[in-house]
Amino acid sequence: MKTKKINMNKTTKSNLITYGLVIVAFAVMQVLMATGNVSSLMKGLLVPLCTYAILAVSLNLVVGILGELSLGHAGFMCVGAFSSAFFSKCMVDVIPVSGLRFFLAILVGAGVAAVFGILIGIPVLRLKGDYLAIVTLAFGEIIKNLINVFFIGKDSKGFHFSMKDAMSLHMEADGQVIVNGPQGITGTPNDSTFLIGIILLLITLFIVLNLIHSRAGRAIMSIRDNRIAAESVGINITKYKMMAFTISASLAGVAGVLYAHNLATLSAQPKNFGYNMSIMILVYVVLGGIGNIRGSMIAAVILTLLPELLRFLSDYRMLIYAIVLIAMMLFNWSPKSLELRERYSPKRLLKARREAKEGK
Amino acid sequence: MSFISYLINGISLGSVYAIIALGYTMVYGIAKMLNFAHGDVIMVGGYVVLTIVTGMGLSPMVGILAAVVACTVLGVVIERVAYKPLRNAASSLAVLITAIGVSYLLQNVALLIFGADTKSFTSVVSVPAVVLAGGALTISGETIVTILACIVIMVGLTLFINKSKAGQAMLAVSEDKGAAQLMGINVNGTIALTFAIGSALAAVASVLLCSAYPSLTPYTGAMPGIKAFVAAVFGGIGSIPGAMIGGILLGVIEILGKAYISSQMADAIVFAVLIVVLLVKPTGILGKQVQEKV
Repeated sequence: MKTKKINMNKTTKSNLITYGLVIVAFAVMQVLMATGNVSSLMKGLLVPLCTYAILAVSLNLVVGILGELSLGHAGFMCVGAFSSAFFSKCMVDVIPVSGLRFFLAILVGAGVAAVFGILIGIPVLRLKGDYLAIVTLAFGEIIKNLINVFFIGKDSKGFHFSMKDAMSLHMEADGQVIVNGPQGITGTPNDSTFLIGIILLLITLFIVLNLIHSRAGRAIMSIRDNRIAAESVGINITKYKMMAFTISASLAGVAGVLYAHNLATLSAQPKNFGYNMSIMILVYVVLGGIGNIRGSMIAAVILTLLPELLRFLSDYRMLIYAIVLIAMMLFNWSPKSLELRERYSPKRLLKARREAKEGK
Repeated sequence: MSFISYLINGISLGSVYAIIALGYTMVYGIAKMLNFAHGDVIMVGGYVVLTIVTGMGLSPMVGILAAVVACTVLGVVIERVAYKPLRNAASSLAVLITAIGVSYLLQNVALLIFGADTKSFTSVVSVPAVVLAGGALTISGETIVTILACIVIMVGLTLFINKSKAGQAMLAVSEDKGAAQLMGINVNGTIALTFAIGSALAAVASVLLCSAYPSLTPYTGAMPGIKAFVAAVFGGIGSIPGAMIGGILLGVIEILGKAYISSQMADAIVFAVLIVVLLVKPTGILGKQVQEKV
């Protein structure tokens, strides 16, 4: 390396580290799996890990870069999951190649989530602060609630739709219920793999990181830092807000696609698509560092693994999880703790020692 | 007649939301934070009453008193341990996440102590039901007590805020923390007092909620908590009469939506109304429009 000096600026280097981390993690997992050192529990976690990492990165675009608190991220994930699962289920016979079908499903999920992002973004982005947070939460809950009363069936005459129950679809004898209200969609093809998850995560990172360091990204960050100043230098606030919000929604939709095609039965419950999930994603973002893309990805992985790693504590694991969460927040954000960390940081102590030596 | 009965049920449920929303809105007004653990304080209150009344067989009044004391202490301790260190943190999201952590903590402690199974709660209200209009309209004792309690709390709280010294201090701190401190107000004490009152109200709400809907799990508090938060925003967060109006409207909309439109979509209807209200009045019904200065 000495002969060839690579000239890179700081952001490129930081971005490459982020991509490198993902690839290294993937390689390590592959080696571990090849040597048979991975438990089946861990194997089952690989796709969800990618899903949550994508969600965390995409929410960070809204919370960290745009600076608006969104509590409805799970809603977009839900939209992406259901639209793509519906698509896959209908297309199972039409497109037998799973790779192509899944690729199209991803496009469908991302597209539908983006449309919802625009529809919801238009009214929501007029609000500010906590009001915006509560309205996004409300939208997320409405989406989850509506999915639970949707019944869609298919027979020789075409699609039937109802919001009451499966019986009121009035289908022919050969009819098949595709979306069955609270029971959701059963039998989605299991197309999600760890490799696809990692590729999607890399694509997500690529999109978000490039956006941040582009002209549009700087415009978005200027809105976050000072809306009025940004407006006065001619930045189109609505346009850039919508841009960040829609891209974030569509990436959450992609995560939903990954999630849906990893399950045999997809149903909208408070646990997976409710506000609890949105809050969970927000926890990844805040714990990983608001606006820090790599951090939120790592936080998502750690916090998803933590309850599993604590499994030996059985009943106490979620308790420990909660305590760890509170302790980490206090450690990371409390002004007092920051001051103490600054005072006793190894860097500072080393520097002080060096200065003392030089002084001699 | 059924409409009137739904309406009364709605007002009763709304009164519970309003009492919870008061806790939210007071804490928000003074500490500028969303206390996500508020709903779980309600759950704790419910378990305290259950343990004392059903478990030990003591009188309901003792149970209610114990719940109020336990919740008040809990609220103050949570504020002191988890929120106070983050009061001057760089991001206001930090304390929000900590509140979520506290919420998980309370749920899991309850899960460990009382288990995940649903406990049935015997109503502590001994007021007989009132039958009106020749038997066509029955108002249960719980409903009457809930609505009365809500009115008493509302009047008491308004008097306390506007007439007492501590209440005035609260208003001052919520307006400008720095200036209040310069005027010799004990800011930390005032914030602790706010949490204490909010949590005591949560305890009252828990008794009313569990009497009307007699089942209790570690997650009982979560949904009413979120609904009350919606109610607080609905009425204009930070405003005490706003929380009251928001809570009652929310309860009425929920019950009427359940009765006339669809029981599965009641929550969606509540949230949809919230969105419409916020789009028309972005700071809620009674919220103050803050002018932005450049």
